[in-house]
Amino acid sequence: MSQGNSQESNVQTTGHVWDGDLQEFNNPLPAWWLWSFYATIIFSVVYWVAYPAWPLGDSFTKGITTITYKNDKGVEKTTHWSTRALLMKDLQDARESQKKYFDMVAATPYEQFAKNPELSNFVASAGKVVFADNCAACHQSGGQGKMAFAPNLTDDDWLYGGTHDKIQASITNGRHGIMPAKGGADLNEGEIESLANYVLSLSGEKMDAAKIAVGDELFHGKGLCIACHGADAKGNQDIGSANLTDKIWLWADVPAQGSADKKVAAVKAVITSGLNKGVMPAQNGRLSADQIKLLTVYVHDVLGGGSKK
Amino acid sequence: MIEHGKIEKNIGLMLVLTLIAISIGGLVEIVPLFFLKGTVEDVKNADGIKMVRPYSPLEQRGRDIYIREGCYLCHSQMIRPFRDESMRYGHYSLAAESQYDHPFQWGSKRTGPDLARVGKKYSNEWQVQHLIAPRSMVPESVMPNYPWLLTALDTSDVADRMKALRMTGVPYSANKAEHDNNVKEFGADVAKQLHIPDARKNLIEQAQTGKYDGNAADVTEMDALVAYLQVLGTMVDFSKLDNDSFVKFR
Repeated sequence: MSQGNSQESNVQTTGHVWDGDLQEFNNPLPAWWLWSFYATIIFSVVYWVAYPAWPLGDSFTKGITTITYKNDKGVEKTTHWSTRALLMKDLQDARESQKKYFDMVAATPYEQFAKNPELSNFVASAGKVVFADNCAACHQSGGQGKMAFAPNLTDDDWLYGGTHDKIQASITNGRHGIMPAKGGADLNEGEIESLANYVLSLSGEKMDAAKIAVGDELFHGKGLCIACHGADAKGNQDIGSANLTDKIWLWADVPAQGSADKKVAAVKAVITSGLNKGVMPAQNGRLSADQIKLLTVYVHDVLGGGSKK
Repeated sequence: MIEHGKIEKNIGLMLVLTLIAISIGGLVEIVPLFFLKGTVEDVKNADGIKMVRPYSPLEQRGRDIYIREGCYLCHSQMIRPFRDESMRYGHYSLAAESQYDHPFQWGSKRTGPDLARVGKKYSNEWQVQHLIAPRSMVPESVMPNYPWLLTALDTSDVADRMKALRMTGVPYSANKAEHDNNVKEFGADVAKQLHIPDARKNLIEQAQTGKYDGNAADVTEMDALVAYLQVLGTMVDFSKLDNDSFVKFR
């Protein structure tokens, strides 16, 4: 400490002395810091006046800043500054800037979309965002679907129909595909084996001729398959039963199987346990009518799987 | 006025004064909220029945599993009133929607998406498959696999868990009078689910009829967690309410 004492300076001390010689320098704050501090105090007073700030019992000071927005009924309202009113105004402003396009979406009949390049561009970009947020989790980001879970939306095969109206109905009300175990019929292991052979032969697989013959009989008879899949096995879009003749598989992963035996096993598994997991949640209530129409056009026109009939 | 030197030389006194100084910020910001009218919005149907209800026994067990597995470390449950959030997730969260959450799951860190309105967005089948193997549904996901959720759910202590929540103010009913009051507040169907003596029976019934894990025969942790996820953010029917009515609360 003796060395410290020898370096006397002109800086003032606080006047406190400990242990006889321990002192505290009193260095004043830099002027820029001090003035910045005063400025923040002045700012806080301005803030109290402008925005909601001080609690007063069961209420609070509202501030003098106001926000003007339209309520759900379109009536203009002015209120004190609040994040909720600000959001309503933000959403209305955003809506206003896209109004031109959403008005066009609402007013344009489905088949006219492709003829308007500006509207097509809007559907391609805005539809992609809505699809990514709400559809891609099951149908995947490109609409390619997922084996044994969600159908491909880019091909020409549609369980419930690929017209604009049918797609819109699927999105709005959701879908729930059901196949009873063993088709609801009383089938033994061998009969299911024969049916699987027959079903695979429908889409061009080379199968055992004897089993195909037995399966054919079961399909159109005791197996009750035609009740849903139809006598020509081409399915029925009114009830969402699959077309079994088009080489497109959703629940039995036939294309991934290397051998005929494994293909039979995959189809047998579906026939044996039936299906009850083809559930698409209804988007009605979650999405607006405009968003659903946008998605319908996106799925039909942009993903490219839509059909005319 | 206490002398400067006295405080600096008395560590006990300095500790007390420091605590008072630093608690002022918290007291000024938090305590008034307990007295403000409308901190928790009152959302009711036209018939006066409350829209937001406490969780059913199965959903409550699902919430316990959500917390056990640390879902909150990556997922928030709080949609803030900003344009980008409301465009992506839906209507901003109301304070009323987490009034029966102890502790609430608002969170402040999103590695995965916000889950405040995930209910009914996906099918039960999707939730089950996604919890078992997230990357099988969303290839770019970084969420861990939770295959062990398909094990049996411990239902033995569900009544005790509801009793504990009742002590914190959640209106689970322990007797006839409380049950009758819940019928008035929430309607008969909900009140039945909130009755503690029937908790285990209600839980098993909901799991078996709901088939959340695709299997009616057993009651698994998956049943509970999916039941919880499917109810998140679905209690308030915003189509029946004027958005305008929430502005005055803030």
